[in-house]
Amino acid sequence: MSIPTNNKQVVVIDKANKRKYMLEKMSSRIFLICALLSVLTLVLIIGFVFYKGAHPFVAEGYSFIDFIFGKDWVPSEDKFGIFPMIVASIFATIGALIIGVPIGLFTSIFLAEIASKRVAKIISPAIQLLAGIPSVLYGVFGLAIIVPFLQNTFGLVKGQSLLAVILVLAIMMLPTIVTVAETAIRAVPQTYREGSLALGVSHIGTIFKVIVPAAKSGIMTAIVLGLGRAIGETMAVILVAGNSLIVPTSLTDSVRPLTTNIALEMGYAFGTHQDMLFATGIVLFSFILILNFVLAKISAKGGN
Amino acid sequence: MIQLKDKLLRGLLWISAFLSVAVLVMIVGFIFYKGINLISFSFIFGDYSPTGGGGIWPMIVTTIYTILISLIIATPIGIFAAVYLQEYAKQGRLVRTIRFATESLTGIPSIIYGLFGAVFFVTTLKLGMSIIAASLTLTIIVLPVIIRTTEEALKTVPLSYREGSLALGTTKLQTLYKVILPSAMPGVLSGIILSIGRIVGESAAIFLTAGTVAAMPDSIFSSARTLTVHAYLVTQESGDIELAAAVGIVLIVIILVINLSATFISKKLNRATNK
Amino acid sequence: MSRLMSTSVIEHGELTTKKQSWEGISQMEQFKEGTTKINVKDLNLFYGEKQALFGVYLDIHEKQVTALIGPSGCGKSTFLRTLNRMNDLIDGVKISGDIVIDHENIYKTNDVIKLRTKVGMVFQKPNLFPMSIYDNVAYGPRMQGIKNKKELNKLVEESLRGAAIWDEVKDRLKTSALGLSGGQQQRVCIARAIAMKPDVILMDEPTSALDPISTLKVEELITAMKKDYTIVIVTHNMQQAARISDKTAFFLNGEVVEYDDTDNIFSTPQDQRTEDYVTGRFG
Repeated sequence: MSIPTNNKQVVVIDKANKRKYMLEKMSSRIFLICALLSVLTLVLIIGFVFYKGAHPFVAEGYSFIDFIFGKDWVPSEDKFGIFPMIVASIFATIGALIIGVPIGLFTSIFLAEIASKRVAKIISPAIQLLAGIPSVLYGVFGLAIIVPFLQNTFGLVKGQSLLAVILVLAIMMLPTIVTVAETAIRAVPQTYREGSLALGVSHIGTIFKVIVPAAKSGIMTAIVLGLGRAIGETMAVILVAGNSLIVPTSLTDSVRPLTTNIALEMGYAFGTHQDMLFATGIVLFSFILILNFVLAKISAKGGN
Repeated sequence: MIQLKDKLLRGLLWISAFLSVAVLVMIVGFIFYKGINLISFSFIFGDYSPTGGGGIWPMIVTTIYTILISLIIATPIGIFAAVYLQEYAKQGRLVRTIRFATESLTGIPSIIYGLFGAVFFVTTLKLGMSIIAASLTLTIIVLPVIIRTTEEALKTVPLSYREGSLALGTTKLQTLYKVILPSAMPGVLSGIILSIGRIVGESAAIFLTAGTVAAMPDSIFSSARTLTVHAYLVTQESGDIELAAAVGIVLIVIILVINLSATFISKKLNRATNK
Repeated sequence: MSRLMSTSVIEHGELTTKKQSWEGISQMEQFKEGTTKINVKDLNLFYGEKQALFGVYLDIHEKQVTALIGPSGCGKSTFLRTLNRMNDLIDGVKISGDIVIDHENIYKTNDVIKLRTKVGMVFQKPNLFPMSIYDNVAYGPRMQGIKNKKELNKLVEESLRGAAIWDEVKDRLKTSALGLSGGQQQRVCIARAIAMKPDVILMDEPTSALDPISTLKVEELITAMKKDYTIVIVTHNMQQAARISDKTAFFLNGEVVEYDDTDNIFSTPQDQRTEDYVTGRFG
C-alpha cells in the first residue's frame, strides 16, 4: 500500500460540525413527528367517529339494518332510521351530477377550444374565483331565487325541495369542474389536435374524439372534486332542502340529506342520539368512499 | 350527417358555456344587488346589534382569529410534514401510509370534521364551543392542503440544487432553508393562501364547534360566529336575505383579495428567481 | 483480470514500473507523481441488490488531472460520487471497501461535512442556485460560518478569478446567476467549488452541456487549476481526456480495466478492451 490507512477508530469530528450533526438529527426528528401528527389526526378522527358511531349497535343492541332501512327518525321515541336521508343524499348527488357534469364539461371545452383567447382570458379567471366563494352564499342565492321560482312554476306549497337541492349543488359544482377540466384540456399537446385536423377530421370531431379522451384523467379529477364539494355540502343544503323526514318520491318533495341531519341536530343531541349522528357520519363517509371508487373504476374502464 | 352532428354539438357547447356564465353572473349580481345598500363603514366596522341595524365587525374579527390560529398551527406542521415526506423519508411503507392518510383527510367532508371537533375539542378536551375549538378543527381541515401543496412545490425543486448545495459541505437542514424552501416558496405560499380561502369559506365545521354567539369575542375561548355562519344564521333564522347578501359581499371581496394577492405573490417570486 | 491490472499499478506503489514513461520529465514533477492523494481499495458498491462497482483499486495523485472514461453505465460517475459520498443521498446504496483521502478513511470518519468541504464537486449541468452570482459563490463559506463581509468579498473575487470568470461578471455580481450563459454558469460553479478552498475537485462531465467554445474555456481552466488542486474528471469525450488529463482510468461494467498515464492509455493500451474503446470500436 502506498499510503498507510488511519486505522484508529477514534474519530475526531470538530466542534462546529458536531453541532451541525446534532441539529441535523434533531430537525429530522421534528419533521418526522410532524408527519406522524398528520397520520395521528386521521387515525383519531376515523377512530373517534367510528367508535362513537358503532357504539349503539355494538353496546346497546340497536339494529344496524333498522338504522339503514328504518324510515322513522324520532330521537325522542328512540327511533333512528336514516333511510329517507340516504335516499335524499343519493338522489341529490346523482341529480347534481346529471346537470352539473355535462354543463361544466361543455363549458370547459368551450373555454379551452372554442372561445377566443380574449373571451377565455376574462371568463376563466372569473369562474376560478367563483370556485372560492363560500358555499353558504350559494344557499342564500338558492333560497332567495331558486326556491321561490320553483314554488311559482310548479305551484308548490313550499319551494324547498329535492329539486332545489339538486340545482344549488349543480351550480356549486360548476366552477370546480370547469376550472379543473379546462386545465386538463389545455394540457393536451397541440400535436394531437394537429394530427387529427390534418386527417381531415372537423374541429368538433377532433375535440370529442381526440382531445377529450386524452384529457380524460384530468376530467375525472374535475368530476371527483366537484362531487366532493357537492356531497359534503351542508349549510347551503339546509337552506333549500326543507328538511322533511320523508322518503322522497318526487323532485318537488322536501328532503333531508345526511349532512343536513348532522348539522341540524348536533347542537342539542346527547347520548344515543349523538352517537346516531356519528353513525350518520359513517354512512356519509362510506358513501363518499364508494362514489370515489366507482368513479375511479369508470375512468379506468374508459381507459381501455 | 356529420355536419349536422357537429353543428348540434357546437350549439350545445355554446349553450352550456352561456348557461354557466349566466348562472354565475346571476349569483354574484344577486349578492351585490341585494346587499350593496347595506354596505357602509358602520356596517363593516360597527358592533353587532341584535335588534338590527348593527355591523358585522365581531364576525370579521372572529373570522380573522380562526384564520390566524389555524394557520399558525397548521403551516409549520404541514410544511415540516411535507419536508419529511419529500426530503427525509426513505420511500417505503411508512411514507405510503402517511401519504394515504393525508389524501384521505382531504376527501372527508367538513361536516364530519365538525362532528369530530364538536365532541373531541368541545367536549372531551373541555374547550367548549369556542374560537379555539373551531380553529383546531380548521387546522385539521387545512393540514392536508398545506402538506400536499408543499409536497408538490418541493417536487419542482431540481435535484441538482440539493446536490449542488450538499456537495459544498452543507447539512441537509442548511440546504433546506437556504436553497430548497426558498425555491419552493411560491408553491408553499399558494398552498397557504388556498387554506385561507378554505377557512373563510368553511361553515358547517365552524357552526358545530364555535357556536353562534353574535358578539365580539372576549378571547379565543369565547363562542363566536364567523362571517359564513352569520350569513347562514340570518338567512335561516330571520330570512334576512339583504343582510346575508351584504355579508356575502364582504366574503366575496375577501376571496377576491386573497386570490389577487396569491397571483401577485407568485408572479413576484417567480420574477425574483428568474431574473 | 481488471483487478489484477489495476492493483499491479498500485502495488508497485513506488511506481517503478512507470519510471520509463517519465523520462524527460523534471525531477519536480516526478516528485509530484509520487504523492498519492486518494487511495481506493477494493471498493464495491450496490444499488440495492444490483452491484455497480466491482473491487475498484485506484490511486489518485496529488495535483494532477485524473480522467475517468468508459461507456455509459460503466460506473465512472458512480465511482466519482463515492469520493465525496454523494451516493449517500440515494436510498439503498451499500458500499464496502476503503477510500482514504489524506490518511483518513472517509467511510469510517463519518464527517461528511468536512469531507465535502475538502472534496468539491462540479456537476454535469451547471446547477447554480436561483440567487445572485455573489451569493452563489459565497454560499458555501457562509454555511461554514464565515460572516465577515471583507473576507467574503475577497474570497468571492479570488474564487471567480480562479475560475477565469471574474472579468466577465465583476460588474454584475449582484444579479441573478441564472442570467449567465451555460458556459459562464459552469465556470461560476467551479468558482463556487473553489471558494471552499478544497484540495480535490471532482468533475462529472462538466462540459457535456456546453458548446465547443465554452468547453474549450473550461478545459483551459482545468489545465490551469491543476497546479493547486487534485482534479478527478469523468468524461465521455476521449479527446478531452487526452487533452487535459495526466492519468486515465478506463471503466467497464463497474470495473477498472486499465489505469495508466493518459499517454499510455491512448497510445499503447495494455488491454484489448481499452484499445477497442479508445479507438472508437464501441462506446
